[in-house]
Amino acid sequence: MKCRRCEKPAAIKMPRHNSAFCDLCFRDYLHKQVMKAISDQRMFEDGQPILVAVSGGKDSLVLWDILIKRGYPTVGLHLNLGIGEYSRISQAHVEKFARSRDLELIVQSYQDDYGLGVVDIAKETARPPCSACGTMKRHHFNRIAMEKGFAVVATGHNLDDEAARLLGNLLNWQIPYLKKQMPVLSDEGGKWARKVKPLYRLPEREIAAYAVLNQIDYIIEECPMSKGAKTFLYKEMLNRLEENSPGSKLQFYLGFLKERPSAFPQQIEAETQRCASCGQPCGGDLCGYCRLIQRVGAS
Amino acid sequence: MRIKLHHPAREVELQGPKPVLSILSKLGLSREAHLVICNDALVTEDTVISDEDCIEIRPVISGG
Ligand SMILES: [Zn+2]
Ligand SMILES: [Zn+2]
Repeated sequence: MKCRRCEKPAAIKMPRHNSAFCDLCFRDYLHKQVMKAISDQRMFEDGQPILVAVSGGKDSLVLWDILIKRGYPTVGLHLNLGIGEYSRISQAHVEKFARSRDLELIVQSYQDDYGLGVVDIAKETARPPCSACGTMKRHHFNRIAMEKGFAVVATGHNLDDEAARLLGNLLNWQIPYLKKQMPVLSDEGGKWARKVKPLYRLPEREIAAYAVLNQIDYIIEECPMSKGAKTFLYKEMLNRLEENSPGSKLQFYLGFLKERPSAFPQQIEAETQRCASCGQPCGGDLCGYCRLIQRVGAS
Repeated sequence: MRIKLHHPAREVELQGPKPVLSILSKLGLSREAHLVICNDALVTEDTVISDEDCIEIRPVISGG
């Protein structure tokens, strides 16, 4: 198989484009997809430093790599979730990546902060671990971005993540979530960092291929807590569709982005409520994070 | 050929030579959810893997 652009031996076949690329042409293609996502969604303003949330998995490290290569000013943020060996290896991958490229990295450890990992915190509060983990991550991304003066936080969510989440939201008719499922979440009048997902156009297979081709070492093992998560089933279903009709995942998600404003309009809220304890945006008096931490403290 | 698999980490043997695509289908693995690596290089699905080769089949799906 040969590269469609330069006729060199192909490194990856991409059925959704009826195409195959060599190493260099693939890198070029992938960067262009990310730059298109950034400009289509107006993710960054020129010169604005970006806080990149890096887990040690393929997506966030590839995102960081591309942002650096495109000349964006970045700082990495790693949250050590305190999930035993898995968290130790994840952090080691992030540190190695940052050290070898001489990048600034902030590491925050739940074990140091609370004396507990996310698993114990979830147990104390009888919440499913992935949901408690999501709540905690969101809170710390917001908090650290604000404390350090970042206007934007970039995460490594990819096309498969977003399409799987969309499928889950549709299967359960989660209208409030459908209204908010976007590759850019606004900063509520400049008070909180904008959340952006520059990899939303790229399937995980292409992101993993980029990692292999660019010698980016990442944690291949799955988080032990995510075993049995519905996400895997949704992704598997979507991949079966994709194999049958290449391009379906992208069409599914981009179609949603196009239709969302009219199909699931967001009400303009007079004023966003603030958590009485931490001040972050929330639905009630106390935000999910502060309720979680209160219950951990009480027990 | 020796095949290194993940989730859980293990090794299996298959008789070569065989093209990548038929190795994946023989093992019941989705080509959309896996990459195949031979001698540190990505290989496309038409690449024929010989009996002496050692390959890694790497899943690309994560919990997210
Ligand atoms: Zn080429
Ligand atoms: Zn709070």
